[in-house]
Amino acid sequence: MAAIADALGVAPPAARSGPRSHPLRRLLRRPAAAAGLVMIVSFVALALLAPLVSPYDPLATSWTAVRKAPSAAHWFGTDEIGRDVLSRVIWGARASLLAGVVSVLISLTIGVPIGLLAGYAGGKVDVLISRLTDAVLACPFLILAIALAAFLGPSLTNAMVAIGVSATPVFIRLTRGQTLAIKAEEFVLAARAIGNPPWRVALAHVLPNVVPALVVQGTLAIAAAVIAEASLSFLGLGQQPPAPSWGSMLNTAKNYIDNAPWMAIWPGLWIFVLVLSFNLVGDGLRDALDPRHV
Amino acid sequence: MFAYVVRRVAQIVPTLVFVSMLIFGLQQLLPGDPAVVLAGEERDPNVVAYLHKKLHLDEPLPARYLYWIDGVAHGDLGESLRLQKPVLSLILEKLPVTLELAFLAMLIALAIGIPAGIVSAVRRDTAWDYAANVVALWGLSTPNFWLGIMLILLFSVTLGWLPASGFVSPLENLKANLAALVMPAFVLGNAIAAVLMRHTRSAMLQVLSSDYVRTARAKGLPERGVILKHALRNALIPVITLGALELGTLLSGAVLTEQVFTIPGFGKLIVDAVFNRDYAVVQGVVLFTATAYITLNLIADIAYVIVNPQIRFH
Repeated sequence: MAAIADALGVAPPAARSGPRSHPLRRLLRRPAAAAGLVMIVSFVALALLAPLVSPYDPLATSWTAVRKAPSAAHWFGTDEIGRDVLSRVIWGARASLLAGVVSVLISLTIGVPIGLLAGYAGGKVDVLISRLTDAVLACPFLILAIALAAFLGPSLTNAMVAIGVSATPVFIRLTRGQTLAIKAEEFVLAARAIGNPPWRVALAHVLPNVVPALVVQGTLAIAAAVIAEASLSFLGLGQQPPAPSWGSMLNTAKNYIDNAPWMAIWPGLWIFVLVLSFNLVGDGLRDALDPRHV
Repeated sequence: MFAYVVRRVAQIVPTLVFVSMLIFGLQQLLPGDPAVVLAGEERDPNVVAYLHKKLHLDEPLPARYLYWIDGVAHGDLGESLRLQKPVLSLILEKLPVTLELAFLAMLIALAIGIPAGIVSAVRRDTAWDYAANVVALWGLSTPNFWLGIMLILLFSVTLGWLPASGFVSPLENLKANLAALVMPAFVLGNAIAAVLMRHTRSAMLQVLSSDYVRTARAKGLPERGVILKHALRNALIPVITLGALELGTLLSGAVLTEQVFTIPGFGKLIVDAVFNRDYAVVQGVVLFTATAYITLNLIADIAYVIVNPQIRFH
């Protein structure tokens, strides 16, 4: 129970983790966050080692093994054209992890400089950027991603761009807010007083202090991006068949739910576990990096 | 108060202008000549020529935007090439279905999220609190289309209790309508219940430690009354406002939920439009959703100020 409480941030602030201990150590002291981290590392390892660990070629069809229930030969069963579900699920981890990480990197690359500029420059620049951010935020995240992916054309790359762009305003807002708060701190005033140019104050003094908040938000955003990529693939806007992806596997599985339920159970369960792991680590990081947050 | 409302309304004007520019700009992402792409598979030269003229493709971009926004301001969101119908009438036709689904989903989310939030705040650090938090984490981590498929597997395929798909109008047969919507509404409400639970929990924790609650307790009021009458009333204000902003989640979620359960609503409209490369419909749906979101946001803000006049001075 204490483990869950720790990870969920409902336990009282742990006295055993002093503010001076290393953030990673503080994170690992929270069992659920540590478990999430172990799961993520396992997923990454599986994705990287997919050619070695998957029992079959994920694209190899077999007309003699169509929609076979899980067995010793096929642990997760086979799909509608006799492909091994376990192998496809393992290879599918590549698309999901890649989409999760790359789309958040896109959001960070666009969002952080713009947010920093808005927060640091202030005035008209800030007003303009803030209004633009409001405009993008007014379009529901997934609907905007669907629209972007539709106009860009269906592919995994375009799905990542669509998700990354749609998630950017959150990072602009966060960076702007943090910058505004840090800008008023004394050490920043001091850095300005000794004649540092504004760009150096922003990059060398303000930005490093925004990083912890970005790490937390970034981790939680990966969770959201993994679900978004699965959603786009489910709608046919992500990874294109026959390449394996969890979302597109679920799309096909939906049609065979009455006679081959294993086709739907496994890809969804893997999405759930991966997303849960990122959420656990994100929540744990928030508690570890921000001692004020309870 | 009046001045606040005027200022707040004036603030949304630039946002709406930027939203319209953004959505107009989507068209520019299409590779090549938009008229050729929009004309569909056949690429009928007559259709291409017609679209060229209709979209003013021979004129510069800013002029094209002005033509487009002028149409939008007059309720013309373009025309669906596939269905040969105005986009606005398609949206208005499909909207009631999604609104009913969203309403039921919100009811389910409130029924789960708020009691769970209260219990987990009042019984802080007990098994109840952990259980509620685990449920919230589950709600936030489950892809709703997968949850939908799993519910179909359980309640339709295995138990045979509920229909797996389809939609019946409530005016035709209310019972069949609710039977068709209960699973999708639960799927959609699930994630929002998790968000509401977290908001309720933190708002309740804050209120429970305030002076007036301590006073109420010191007066000897029964704990039940203190929590439900005194604490909950104040804690719910931010929760309801934040809940209103979950509209975006509801609409995003409806896209997938309607796809899984084959419900002919707003979400199915955009997905079908995407598959049929009916770009005007895609643009129209995004514009409509964004405008609805901005309007609701405005109403929530104003309602918040009416309930809590202190806000105005900040």
